[in-house]
Amino acid sequence: MSAVPPLRRGINLLGLRSLSQSASITANGSTLLPRQHRGLHTPPAVRPFLRVSALPSHGGVRFASSPASSEPLRQTPLYELHLAQGAKMVPFAGFSMALQYSDLSHVESHKWTREKASLFDVSHMVQHQLSGPGALELLMKVTPSSLDKLGHNQSTLSCLLEQGTGGIVDDTVITRRTDDSFYFVTNAGRRDEDLAFLEAEISAYKHAHGADSIKWEILEDRALVALQGPLAAEVLQSYIHGNGPETDLRTLYFGNCRSLYLTLPDGSRTPHPLLISRTGYTGEDGFEISIPTEGAPSLPAQVTELLTNHDQVRLAGLAARDSLRLEAGMCLYGHDISTAQTPPGASLGWIVGKDRRDPATATFNGASTILPQLASPAKTLSQRRVGFTVEKGSPAREGAVVVDLNDESRTPIGVITSGLPSPSLDGTNIAMGYVKQGLHKKGTEVGVLVRNKLRKATVVGMPWVESKFYRGKA
Amino acid sequence: MSAVARSIRPFASRVLSQKLPLVGVRTVSPAAGFPRVSVRSFSQSPFLEVKKYTESHEWIELADDGKTAKIGITEYAAKSLGDVVFVELPEKDLEVVAGEAVGAVESVKSASDVLSPVSGKVIRGNKILDDKAKFINESPEAEAWIAEIDVNDPAELDSLLDAKAYKESIAEE
Repeated sequence: MSAVPPLRRGINLLGLRSLSQSASITANGSTLLPRQHRGLHTPPAVRPFLRVSALPSHGGVRFASSPASSEPLRQTPLYELHLAQGAKMVPFAGFSMALQYSDLSHVESHKWTREKASLFDVSHMVQHQLSGPGALELLMKVTPSSLDKLGHNQSTLSCLLEQGTGGIVDDTVITRRTDDSFYFVTNAGRRDEDLAFLEAEISAYKHAHGADSIKWEILEDRALVALQGPLAAEVLQSYIHGNGPETDLRTLYFGNCRSLYLTLPDGSRTPHPLLISRTGYTGEDGFEISIPTEGAPSLPAQVTELLTNHDQVRLAGLAARDSLRLEAGMCLYGHDISTAQTPPGASLGWIVGKDRRDPATATFNGASTILPQLASPAKTLSQRRVGFTVEKGSPAREGAVVVDLNDESRTPIGVITSGLPSPSLDGTNIAMGYVKQGLHKKGTEVGVLVRNKLRKATVVGMPWVESKFYRGKA
Repeated sequence: MSAVARSIRPFASRVLSQKLPLVGVRTVSPAAGFPRVSVRSFSQSPFLEVKKYTESHEWIELADDGKTAKIGITEYAAKSLGDVVFVELPEKDLEVVAGEAVGAVESVKSASDVLSPVSGKVIRGNKILDDKAKFINESPEAEAWIAEIDVNDPAELDSLLDAKAYKESIAEE
């Protein structure tokens, strides 16, 4: 079988770190520098136009320089299925992942998700289980969330925070399964950093509280797929096995999960229950489905085939995932957020639990930095994460420099961290990025340099496409 | 769903088959190809092989006057980029050195510079693309050319890839 030549395969189609634009950061208005980064004079192994992926793996810079990029790419349990469905595979966060499939273009797949339902393989993400009497305390040290207020099978978006600085090590969704056991999912592109971080925190905790205080498990044998779109619930419901009240997805609200079986085509139920969480990364209603493989290595493919055999469901890849999440105003780690930001610095202050903001009692990592930022942002934060819409023409993408429209010298006042023409908004150029404190108010007009041309942009609220999370009657 | 279980490089193989007729035309044309009027992407003088390619997936085709040329991106590039949403055209009289940008093509996913295969001076950009960028996906190697330039030295084309060499270069990718 043709193995994937790691660095020659695929095309820089998600190329948020695109050639000329990332160059223009350093160029700062010079017309010369960007030229050196492209063109015929690059080494023959690099094709400038269709340059291989500096794909926006989570943790861009790290990915590019990481030795992992020269190691063989890992495959998810759905790898063969992707190939059979005509996927264009690209290296992403150390995995060979589907960028898109032969049946739909990127824009078509994006729109399909907004109108019907799409299935994404996200098995590259890291699934963890943390349990034991110390699990809650440990997680409430490394995150600022009020995890003690979560009911069983409830989840929340959170961030792992560096000790001292409060910098964002990774973003994560944490689910409380029982009083003292938690399931959480972290980014594939941050695997090494996250594991080292958690290892250190957990060792320290065990050292103080005993070896049995915490049990940490990485669920390597599980696949993870996301079914997203307005028809996701209807489709998934039709395959849920059994008929007890727990099988009714109408009572499974956003941010909650349940273990349920699906009915396979022969009428039997899946050999394991699947952990079905009502959540996602597209802004649509939908589910993330964690699939055990113990004794059933083909279960992920069976479930995927089951769901995609429905005529309203198509497979979708990283390309659509990226444009969907940006329209929904969601951050991509390594691009929109990094260890350089605290949650308030990344306009994610809301993840800090309301009852965790008292400096006298707050014990989470970085609390002494983060709490003053929440209390008086104008004094403590130098920049803010905001949305922009950019005038018609070339979109502003990652790395494009934000400037003051009236400043001839074009001194940077911010930077774009994600941006593209929005498929749902008829190609309107949308972007996320950071801008100087004070210029972050909605309606503020700024300039963005795209290939050294000044383009007008306006600070806008996010999301661009309203989220349709299923919150039940409210 | 595609019935064909595609290989890992669906494009390369598809582009490959699309290229074959081109090669065919090229080999018979010196004898049979006159007069030519209709299919511009295949037009060439009887003596010169005038449509050349770059490793960065541009094509350049010298007109019969031997002096002006049109530049565009290849079928393979257009296919790979996906839905093109915006094309940045060069200004008239822009002087470009080989390897410099003579335009840019934006898809939802990425921005890619279009590099001039040779040195010259821009006569015009293809205004059709201002209103209809998606045209790039429909006719990248013919009507959806990106720039027309005055070539400084037509001999510069000699060092570029011919159709066969280009085809081989994308088959490797």
